This record gives sequence, structure tokens and C-alpha cells, in this order.
Amino acid sequence: MLTLTDLRLAREGFTLAADLSLPPGVTAVIGPSGGGKSTLLDAVGGFLAPVSGRVEVDGRDITALPPAERPVAQLFQDGNLFPHLTLAENVGLGIAASRAAARDPRVAQVLARVGLEGLGDRRPARLSGGQQSRAALARALVQDRPVVLLDEPFSALGPGLKQEMLALAAEVLAAPGRLMLMVTHDPEDARSVADSVVLVADGRATGPFETGALFADPPPALRAYLGD
Amino acid sequence: MSLSRPGLFVAGLIFLLTLGTLGAVALRAETGGGLSPADWAAVRFTVLQAFLSALFSVLLAIPVARALARRSFPGRGAVVTLLGAPFLLPVVVAVMGLLTVYGRRGWLGSVFAGLGLPPPDIYGLEGVVLAHVFFNLPLAARILLMGWLAIPAERFRLAAHLGAPVGRVLEGPMLRTLLPGAFLTIFLICLTSFAVALILGGGPRATTVELAIYQALRFEFDLGRAALLALIQFGLCAAAAALAFGIALPDAMGGGLDRTVRRWDGSRIVDALWIAAAALFLLVPLAAVALRGLGGLLEMPASVWAAAARSMAVALVSTALAMVLSLALALRDGRAAALAGVLPLAASPLVVGTGLFILVQPVMAPASVALPVTALVNALLTVPFAVRVLSPALRQIEARHGRLADALGLFGVARLRLVLLPRLRAPLGFAAGLAAALSMGDLGVITLFAGTGEATLPLEMYRLMGSYRTEAAAGAALLLVTLSFGLFWIFDRWGRRADAH
Repeated sequence: MLTLTDLRLAREGFTLAADLSLPPGVTAVIGPSGGGKSTLLDAVGGFLAPVSGRVEVDGRDITALPPAERPVAQLFQDGNLFPHLTLAENVGLGIAASRAAARDPRVAQVLARVGLEGLGDRRPARLSGGQQSRAALARALVQDRPVVLLDEPFSALGPGLKQEMLALAAEVLAAPGRLMLMVTHDPEDARSVADSVVLVADGRATGPFETGALFADPPPALRAYLGD
Repeated sequence: MSLSRPGLFVAGLIFLLTLGTLGAVALRAETGGGLSPADWAAVRFTVLQAFLSALFSVLLAIPVARALARRSFPGRGAVVTLLGAPFLLPVVVAVMGLLTVYGRRGWLGSVFAGLGLPPPDIYGLEGVVLAHVFFNLPLAARILLMGWLAIPAERFRLAAHLGAPVGRVLEGPMLRTLLPGAFLTIFLICLTSFAVALILGGGPRATTVELAIYQALRFEFDLGRAALLALIQFGLCAAAAALAFGIALPDAMGGGLDRTVRRWDGSRIVDALWIAAAALFLLVPLAAVALRGLGGLLEMPASVWAAAARSMAVALVSTALAMVLSLALALRDGRAAALAGVLPLAASPLVVGTGLFILVQPVMAPASVALPVTALVNALLTVPFAVRVLSPALRQIEARHGRLADALGLFGVARLRLVLLPRLRAPLGFAAGLAAALSMGDLGVITLFAGTGEATLPLEMYRLMGSYRTEAAAGAALLLVTLSFGLFWIFDRWGRRADAH
């Protein structure tokens, strides 16, 4: 449902080529540091214009669309919440560009879904890192878009909490016709949560590979990265 | 609507108000006669006093800033805050304080008389430079202090370890970077200084171009000559600003001055003397005003209170206008907005006033527009300072939250309302406080326009001083300082309360 056709991306002295098609489900993007995983997500999310090629979701060409108009919801590595707004207001921004959207019944629903029931009136600073991550997840959920991008949003949480959040994300966002695309530098994350894997290395994004099969018999680039 | 669109109109408005008024003035200038010897004398004096003021301010600031950078002592925070005060202080008030201390009949005068020495003459070049140093030494000290604190502590450790000469190796490069910008900033400020020259200058040997413009308009009704002088003033400022544009002007508004850097060189006693001297230099005139003012409060005529009310109204209007203009400029990238953000620094308020005077004169009596024009010109003059506070803050906000705002489709008014303004509250409060205090204490354009019924508080105070009602003037001074600092504190406090949320 997400198709990258002859996509070429360029950033200061670094290029990435991608030509692949991803089905709905959970796909992990793995590869060495600096290899271009976040760059790939930026291109899908609309923060990097490609040099050439197309990005399509469910057959619709979104290459020229700005981030907010794409059928894509995004969680960044940090800065996912506005510190001066309450959780409910932050989540409400996923529905409309107004503070009043906080009162929409869907907001309370998604907050409960991620385990933050009753905390809607708090500001992010008064919550733990894990709770803030859940709030960001709640907003992605309420946006109800076919593609959700996660650029290592839980990496600051510590291994146990990160595992928990990934599992929650996969569970909550799971829906027919939805793709959850997550960048991770920890292959364990891919193994535990992802159905398929995209490998970004040596200037190319290749895949999707079925997770189990890939780790059972890794290609040379992946082998080097895994260090076996 | 794009957030950067209003900035274009604001830039245009500022070009109109600075260059357009200059054009109106140029059309009236009588260039036939050329400059009289008195006018050349004014040009020479203007450049000389600005040069000396900047020189002394910067040179004396070096030991003071160095002392503050490397010594920690109880009350250091107060001294650093004190360094910020003269910028907000109404010029008339400071001059009155300096007169009380250094004037012929002042405290120093009494000491000299007691010692059998001739009394000090504060009028003329010495007084003008003294007053300018009073205002700008703290500014220079703040700039240099920031420079000192920016040198990483590790380098001082390394220098101490190696026994390397700290001055040549560390401080020299830093000073070479900061001093030219500081010097030029102060030079520019002193070129257009009016109120100081008005009170402490005057006479054939101590008249600035700005003062000459005022005299031509106010006493001789010679529009042509005033126009010619206005052109010269703009030329002087533009030349200085062109020099300054090449050199990065340092930012004196920054915070983070409460650290010290551990050092192993220098004498503690010498540093203590410099800090004490600077503190006394700033505090004694302020104390003089406070003391005299308390006594004078009862002697103030009723006109003072009316003037105070007018000043407050003008200050509030001017502040609101300045904030709107500055925000619009800060939201816009590009050269037009950047230029518009610094152009008012090069423009002289009396030149702008003269231009508006020329435009208004056929249609309305100048006195009836005195207050609105003052509010407009005050707003214009505050824009550069406000923009230098708001721009970096906006950049920071965009860097931290811009991507999220883009991803959520927050643009235009929604972005302003939901993201930018809430997070700009602290710098907005500070900038508004600056604008309000500066407008409150301004003695400039109002002198051209106002009749007896439209005086602002600084003008009223100046008139009281002029009619030798010094006690009443002192009372007015105390009232003015209280209102100015009070307004600053209210706005700044409003801005900082955002963090409590």
C-alpha cells in the first residue's frame, strides 16, 4: 500500500535510492547508523523532497503534498507534544487546528485506549517519559491515517519501557489497511514486533523481507551490521 | 494568510517613515545657501562627542567587565542587574542626577569649593560625554561580560596550567571580535542623542546636528535649514550604520550573565576597585534623584499629573504598535525585513518628526497631532530592539516545534495562536517592557510638536528645570522613573509568568 518508485533522495553528500512496495502491517526499517533510515521516513512524511521518483499510498501519488496533507501520521524522536498545551489539547490537534478539539469525545477514547484515562488536563511536563510517549501515540491514533511513521520515538525510554511501548503501538495501531513503518537501530525490536523488514545500507533501501527469514539468513550487509 | 506577508507591509511602512520622511524633508531643503560655519561646527561636535563617548565607554568597560567575569561576591547579581538599568532610565532623569552630583552647584561642586578649587563645568563637551558614558558604559560592560563568559572555562585552566599569558592568548581574540561592534553600536546611539545635548549642550561650541534641527524648527521656524540639517544627520547615521552592517553587532540583551569563570590571574583588589567604582558611578546619580525627588514630590504642580497620564497613554499605544510591527518583521525572513529592522537605528527621531511636521503642517496644526506622532515615532525607534529580542526567540521556537506544527498542518493564524504566541510570551513581555519604558522616558519628537497643553512627563520635567523649579522637577523625575520602571516590570513579569504554567 506504500509504494516508492525509483525514489532518489539526497542530503549533504549522501544519497539514497529506494524502489519498493510495502503491504499493510508492521514494517521495521533497520540499518547502520547514518545509513539513511530517518531520511527515508522524512521522504515518506513530506519533510524531504526527492530528487526524482514517486511516493504513493494506496495508488495515490503524494510526492508533491506537504506533510499535513499526506495520509500519514508521524511520531518523531522527540518534540512530539507541545509543552504549553494539555494532553487533551495536544491529542485534539490531531482532529482539528484548535484547542477546542480537546473536548471531542474521540480524544478521551484514545487516551483511555493507551492507558492515560483521566490525565487529559495535565501538561506534558507533569508526566513521565512513558506517559508522554503514550500521549503522542494517542494523537497518531486519533488522526486515523493509513500510514503511521515512527522514527525511534521511544528510544529515550530505556529498554524495558521501549519494548512495552512498541508492543502497545503495534497493538493499538493494528488495523486492516494500515501500515506502521518504524525506524529502529535495535534488531530485537524488529524481531519482536515487525512482520517485515526494510534494510537501509550502502545507499539503498531494499525489501521488504519477511522478518524471520531475514534474520535466519542475513545478507552480507545485514550480517556486517549485526556483527555475528 | 501566510505569516510572513504582514512583514512585507511593515517593512514598507518603516521605509516610508524613515526614508519617506527624509524625502519630504529633502524636497524642502534649501541647498542653495549651503552650510553655515555654525552648521559645520555642529557636525564636528556631533562626531567628536559620539567618538569620545564610545571610546571612553568601551575602554572603561573592559576592566569592569573582566572584574565581573572572574569574581564572585555577594551582590554580584545586583551589580549585573544595575548594568541593565541605565538603558531603561529616562534621559532627563539621568541628566538631572548627573547635574546634582557633578554640576556647578552639585555635590562635587561643594567639595571643590570646600577645597578651594574652581567649580566643575558640566556643560559642554565634558558633560555630554559624561552623560553618554553613564548610559553606555553599562551597555558595553554587558556586551563584554557576555564575551568573557563565552570563553570556555577549560581554556583558562589550560592557560593557568601552562603559565600562558591569558590576556594575549584568550582575551585578546575575544576583545578584537567584540570591541568594534560595541564601539560602533554606542557611536551610533550617541550620534542621534538629543535630550543630552538639549540639556547639557547648546551654545556655539556644544551643539549637535540634532539640537541644531530642533533650534531651527522651534525658534527660527526655518524649515529649509532644518531640512538641510536633517539630510546631513541622516548621512552621518547612514555612514555609521553602513560601517556597522559589515561588523556583526553584538547582542546585549542576552541572559546567562550570572555565571563566573574560575581564573587564576589578576588581582582581587584591583577588580574590587573597578566594580566598586562602576557601581558608585551608576548609583550615586540615581540616589541623588531619589533623594531630591522625595522632597520635591509635594512641590509638583497639577500639570505634572496630567502630563504623567498623557505619557502613560502614549506609552501603551506605542508599545502595542511596536509589538505588532516587530512581530511582523521577526516572522519574515529576507533582506527587506532585516533592513527594516535596523533602519530606525540610523534614522534620527527629529528627522522623522521633521518630515511628518512638513506633511502635516498644511492640513493640521502640529500641536493637535503631537501625541499620536510621538507614539508612532517611539514605536518606530523601539522596533530594532524588539526585533533583536523576538527574532532569536522565534528561531528557537521554530527549531524545536516547527516540524511538529508542520506535520499537524498548523499554519498562518492557527500557528501563531496555538504555537508561536504562547511560547513567545516571555520575550514578548520583555520587549513590551522595553518599549513601554523607552517611550515613557522619551524626550525627542514631542519637543517639536507640543504646545503647552500636550506635554508628556519628560517634557514637563524639562520645562520645570528650565524655569528653575528644580525641586518640582526632581519630584517629576522620581515620578517618571517610578512609572517607567513600573511599566517595564509589569510587562516583563506578565511575560515570565508563563513559565509557572
